[in-house]
Amino acid sequence: MEHTTLAHHLLLAGLLFTAGLAGVIIRRNLLVVYMCLELMLAAATLALVAFSRFNNTMDGAILVFFVITVAAAEVAVGLALIVALYRRTGTVSSDQLNTLCD
Amino acid sequence: MPDPLFVFFAALTLGAAGLLVLSRNAVTSAMGMILALVGIAAEFFLLDAYFLGVLQVLVYAGAVMVLFLFIIMLLNTDKPETKYPWMKAAGGLAVFLFLSAGVVALILHSGALDKVAGPTPPELSNNPAEFATAAKAFGRLLYTKYMLPLQMAGLLLLLALVGVVNLSKDAKPNA
Repeated sequence: MEHTTLAHHLLLAGLLFTAGLAGVIIRRNLLVVYMCLELMLAAATLALVAFSRFNNTMDGAILVFFVITVAAAEVAVGLALIVALYRRTGTVSSDQLNTLCD
Repeated sequence: MPDPLFVFFAALTLGAAGLLVLSRNAVTSAMGMILALVGIAAEFFLLDAYFLGVLQVLVYAGAVMVLFLFIIMLLNTDKPETKYPWMKAAGGLAVFLFLSAGVVALILHSGALDKVAGPTPPELSNNPAEFATAAKAFGRLLYTKYMLPLQMAGLLLLLALVGVVNLSKDAKPNA
């Protein structure tokens, strides 16, 4: 802990967030896209905890608590939507879901 | 030099994130996601946020990822994605490199470079809640300063429950 500075944690969080964003762009399976979105949320929570720890305040950690709550609710609703979409269209691949395209 | 444990778990997390993004099999992606979340939980432990680390493993790596794996296997989309069109892969790589460079540049230009854990900075010094590791500190703040957000979170969970039940009813053809 002594020589790990705030910058190290922010760098890790930023790289994780960027990897998640790249995944959202290049992946076509909606479930994997959704997992990449979750990775972006988790990277943001890592930055929040780092700021909270290094500034010696509790508020960032509490915010992470709420982020985890919201993410759990969001995953439940999003997966129900994906299942409903699969029932209706028979696919979860985003390049076959192009009804509005043509 | 940062803590070797930090370096180890950072490498683990980034490698698992790479597996999540690059694997063409959805189940392998989910395994990468679980590993990445456990790595992030380990970073929480290294940041002395023990309660949040435990919460992360229980809620994310436990409940949420089990739900993901269940849905992946329920939809049985086990044929892997076809090879990426190179345009899309190049676009993703370009976004990754560009944003990574942006992150590094931002961090180099911020004051975070040599900031180590220390006392509360003066602009936050009227904050009554200092960083604490005990779950008790969470409870105290949740039931005082963050009472309204806590109630809203409860309402949100209830709404999500009702919404999921409503969404997963059998869709009637004329609906």
